[in-house]
Amino acid sequence: MLGLTQKDFLLLLVVVVLTLLAPIILNPFPVNSSLGQSFNAGYPALMQRFAIFGILVIGFNILFGLTGYLSFGHAAFLGVGSYAAVWMFKLLSFNIIPAIVLSVIVAGLFSIVIGYVSLRRSGIYFSILTLAFAQMSYALAYSVLTPLTNGETGLQVYPSDPQYLAAEGAPSAPHVFGLPMAESTTVYFGDWQFTFEIGYYLCALMLILAFYLSIRIFRSPFGMMLRAIKSNQTRMNYTGLNTKPYMLWAFIISGMYAGLAGGLLAAMDPLTGAERMYWTASGEIVVMAILGGVGTLIGPVVGSGVIKYLENIVSKINDNVLHGAFNALPDGLENVIIKIIHPFVGEGWQLTLGLLFMVVVIFLPGGLVQGGQRLGALFSRRSRNATAADRDAARQKPAE
Amino acid sequence: MDAIILQILNGLDKGSAYALIALGLTLIFGTLGVVNFAHGALFMIGAFCAVTMQRLLTLSHTVIDPSQTDFLGNPLQTKVPYLASVFGTEGAQALITWSVPLSIILVIPVMLFVGWAMERGLIKHFYKRPHADQILVTFGLAIVLQEIIRAIYGANPIQSPAPPMFSGSIDIGEYLGFQANAIVYPIWRLVYFAFSAVIIAAVFAFLQFTTFGMVVRAGMADRETVGMLGIDIDKRFTLMFGLAAAVAGLAGAMYAPIVSPNYHMGMDFLVLSFVVVVVGGMGSLPGAVFAGFLLGILQGFASMNEVKAVLPGIDQIVIYLVAIIILLTRPRGLMGRAGVMED
Amino acid sequence: MGILEVKGINKRFGGLQALGDVNLSIQENTVHAIIGPNGAGKSTLLNVLVGKLIPDSGSVMFDGQSVLGRKPYEIAQMGISRVFQTPEIFADLTVLENVLIPCFAKRDGAFRMHALEPVRHEREIGRQAETMLDEVNMLSKADVVASALSRGDKRRLEMAMCLVQEPRLMLLDEPTAGMARADTENTIALLKDIRRKRGITMAIIEHDMQVVFSLADRITVMAQGTPLVEGTPDRIKTDPKVREAYLGETQI
Repeated sequence: MLGLTQKDFLLLLVVVVLTLLAPIILNPFPVNSSLGQSFNAGYPALMQRFAIFGILVIGFNILFGLTGYLSFGHAAFLGVGSYAAVWMFKLLSFNIIPAIVLSVIVAGLFSIVIGYVSLRRSGIYFSILTLAFAQMSYALAYSVLTPLTNGETGLQVYPSDPQYLAAEGAPSAPHVFGLPMAESTTVYFGDWQFTFEIGYYLCALMLILAFYLSIRIFRSPFGMMLRAIKSNQTRMNYTGLNTKPYMLWAFIISGMYAGLAGGLLAAMDPLTGAERMYWTASGEIVVMAILGGVGTLIGPVVGSGVIKYLENIVSKINDNVLHGAFNALPDGLENVIIKIIHPFVGEGWQLTLGLLFMVVVIFLPGGLVQGGQRLGALFSRRSRNATAADRDAARQKPAE
Repeated sequence: MDAIILQILNGLDKGSAYALIALGLTLIFGTLGVVNFAHGALFMIGAFCAVTMQRLLTLSHTVIDPSQTDFLGNPLQTKVPYLASVFGTEGAQALITWSVPLSIILVIPVMLFVGWAMERGLIKHFYKRPHADQILVTFGLAIVLQEIIRAIYGANPIQSPAPPMFSGSIDIGEYLGFQANAIVYPIWRLVYFAFSAVIIAAVFAFLQFTTFGMVVRAGMADRETVGMLGIDIDKRFTLMFGLAAAVAGLAGAMYAPIVSPNYHMGMDFLVLSFVVVVVGGMGSLPGAVFAGFLLGILQGFASMNEVKAVLPGIDQIVIYLVAIIILLTRPRGLMGRAGVMED
Repeated sequence: MGILEVKGINKRFGGLQALGDVNLSIQENTVHAIIGPNGAGKSTLLNVLVGKLIPDSGSVMFDGQSVLGRKPYEIAQMGISRVFQTPEIFADLTVLENVLIPCFAKRDGAFRMHALEPVRHEREIGRQAETMLDEVNMLSKADVVASALSRGDKRRLEMAMCLVQEPRLMLLDEPTAGMARADTENTIALLKDIRRKRGITMAIIEHDMQVVFSLADRITVMAQGTPLVEGTPDRIKTDPKVREAYLGETQI
């Protein structure tokens, strides 16, 4: 169906169902319960991030996962996309369609330039070149190109901006043909509360499209060529294949994905700043891809979701929350435990992220998806062994 | 002319720091074949060793002097450094103002230990893994180290002044026959440059004239052959990693008076140092040093007001531009050799 | 006029004359072996032929077109295939995918952007690949990841990848180096089979005399970067110059 094998179609279906029902699934606890306040994630601002970063990492995975070229400057395309979108808001109107289209195009053009230069080298050189380019873009956005980026303050829409195409009476916030992004319906169900927001559903739709497209790319001859490049470039050359344009296309596609994500970020909140391009932001993209599972279809969605979710709950935890959680324990023990946990939560989220990153690279290079598969294989082998043992036992019985 | 000399001088201190970090990066690259994204963090830890030294020296106990009262009428409390009981009040004060140079005695053991722990505990498990994995795990480590420092010392930069006799500026221009105040330069930066030159010379001498250095150089040229000679290359590589860490740490500690140590300084320097290594030529030690100074001085020139008037903001991006141009025209860098870290 | 004409090739590495005035003509539909002691320049010559090295002087013409200065992938597209000493395959891909890739390269050229249509919809190409796998008796392993194959199977897979492109000339760099006797026998049989069925022109660099004399129609003996003698296997066996330079140390 849709040009997919049954297995891929099922995967797509799972993603569709999960994203569409996310406002319900991610709010499993009553809204006012302490569990709900700590662990519910079904509010629009966070769900938008799940979807947007999902798109970003899916795109990154097309480059890194398939070709093995580790770009350490991917946040630059995200930032460029955001700037392009905000400029569309300033010049045309708050309608997000031209904004998103332009952010994809601009990020694509930008990635042609960076890709053309960076792809002249491979391996570590490539990583360092992309890193240098991204840092340069950051410096440009932060100070040099202030007229374009509004420097340190960040780019945003002011009432004095022309907005040449703004229709009379159109919302003064991002909208799609008059339907504001921020508009939402809240449904109450006993103590439960679910919010359905236009903005989130737009992001979700884009995520589904992005995911579907990535399946098609993975299964296409192009995707196969990219995997072949990762596997053996020498053989590619002696087979008569020119790896350069394949790599450049992979780079551009993944840049356009990042541009789309950047455009969506601006569409959800019409302002942007240079820090979106800083190299730690690029590092975070890599972390998400690795955590989920590089080169797998679903990995990027899992990785970005897990990181954004953990970021949200871990950075919310403070000592009060900890005292609440451990107050059943004797005071001395409680204080010791809180002392131990304290550096890792709240402001310490970055520390947890760094540790998580190391643990995954060291122990689980295939990421969560491969970890899950291994676990699954382990269980199925165990049950198969168990049945084999049963059979052996059954066979031995008559002999007795 | 005087302006040009001033900019060259301005580039020297940054250039020295780039050169020292790039030197360590190259040593690790060349011998262990590992891309160490945590090398900037080592520089940062060095800088915080200077901060720690200052704190250690100023560790104080409170003395109550009942004969005097403060403005609230309570007995006067004064903080007396423990050092004062050994060196007297004057001596203690003098020592405290010298905390940055004194921190060298703290930096060397600390960095050797950190380097040893990193290599034995983490890096050695990644020798056979792909470069991407090495980049990723050291990147993770860099985040962890930087966040640990933040958890201990906070997010704000901590001032670490140079000793008073080095803390002013001198008018170099007068010595060179220019008019007064044409070239005024902070003394500590000169000290830093001299110090870096000594360290660089020491590293080169060490590699040139000791058996250990010979093995390391042979290892950089051809790792497998040296391994086959039956030389216990592992132990030497561990020590080498410690050495590279110590160089980065020393660079950081002495840099503390120039830029107040903050937890993300390592990352800032790391990106630039990588660019330096690439420009100099992967695996080339002289290349790393040369490119470090070259880019530092270029950055100095780009910060001249006259230049900025023509090309606004060029100081922010000049290093990257140069790196990109060099990589496109000389893919192996200025002094890179064929076959070294080609991929 | 041979399909491959090498004229006056010189190549120096620093002070070392790796190739000195090499002339060589490979006739269509023959198996031409190039032998010689270590350091005779065989591998350097091969690297020149595939575009990996550019000689200091001389010309290499393939079917009337110059090969020099072209990139390896362009030379491959001209119809020159290469088999390596250690099989170069796509180790992370399945056996079938390994053969599909050269099929695409043959049909679509050095680059084509087809990123949306699934591979499995390309039925004609799929059939081609499967037929090829069948021919080398590897169809049952189509879904195995190539890195899991035995050394001999990897060699066969590499051959299949070359053959499926229907090259006009196959260059084989010590195809049996480091192989066990049985694997060597199999490889010889495979090569003979290919030769009988497809009549592909081959140039083989080889140390193993058994392989050379059981396959080659013509043999060029190289020594110190330059061809010493050329002729039929029988002539080479009896040539006194060859015996002196090379075969004297080898048992035939």
